[in-house]
Amino acid sequence: MPRPTCASTWPKTMSDTTPAIVLGHASVAAGLVSAVERITGITDRFIALSNDGLGTNEIEQMLRERMEATGARVVFTDLPAGSCNFAACRLLRVRPDIIVVTGANLPALLHFATSGVVPDTEGPEDTEVAAAEEAARRGAAAMRVLRGKPA
Amino acid sequence: MTIELYRIDDRLVHGQVVVGWGQPMNIGFIVLVDDLVAASDWEQELYRMGVPPGMELYFASVEGAAGDIERWRSDQRPGILLTADVETMRRLAALVPGISAVNVGGIHHRSGRTERLRYVFLTPEEERELRALQDGGVVVTAQDVPSARPMPLGELLDGGTRK
Repeated sequence: MPRPTCASTWPKTMSDTTPAIVLGHASVAAGLVSAVERITGITDRFIALSNDGLGTNEIEQMLRERMEATGARVVFTDLPAGSCNFAACRLLRVRPDIIVVTGANLPALLHFATSGVVPDTEGPEDTEVAAAEEAARRGAAAMRVLRGKPA
Repeated sequence: MTIELYRIDDRLVHGQVVVGWGQPMNIGFIVLVDDLVAASDWEQELYRMGVPPGMELYFASVEGAAGDIERWRSDQRPGILLTADVETMRRLAALVPGISAVNVGGIHHRSGRTERLRYVFLTPEEERELRALQDGGVVVTAQDVPSARPMPLGELLDGGTRK
């Protein structure tokens, strides 16, 4: 039996169209994207960017250039109180078409990567907004406190 | 308590400040001194998103900060005062006596700047301004997070290259 591929598992996802950006501190974005790729096999859904060594203006410029070059409209940032998120929010002023999701974690990115099925009846904009909102819900819901029970 | 940290950081309110310094110092407020941000409601709203509940954020121009500094200094909670650049901190120190120490927390790469540390890049003019601050009695050190060793200005500038 042929091994399932990404294309056969998720026959029509948003990864057929454009990637999303994951922007974070140090190597967190690269780590998250690497984990998504390892878990799902999907290698073209996210572009990882880091704020390492960059000032506020440089982060914003890097993000703007990568979004323009790739057509990405969705940006995941790692920390609400962070320079990455502020840079993305500044872009919202001049790019009201983009969508920023902050506090991103692995469950959120996994959901976004794997469940963005594009219905034929909706435009890509509605689909990306809905996928981003659902990813945020999934990411928040995945946070749990687990405690052991005495034997 | 008082303003416990005067910090130059071009990212202003961000993770290192709110979490890295803010939590161990139990910071109750941050004063963001910047003429442009003080004149922009949109920028202020953006930075307000970055502070956790229970931490207050005040905005001021340099002149406004000089007028309000004693109120912040007499606040019962510990606070941090931030500027985005060396020039703003130097202007503030010229107007406000009693700034005994300045923390260089993050000045990132830009054309004309030389790398002094991974997180500190300086133009010759910025180096002169930092030396002037120190010559005026302000202890200037570079330190991005509390667990790092504070690097004295002389070591920062005289090393000449990336540490």
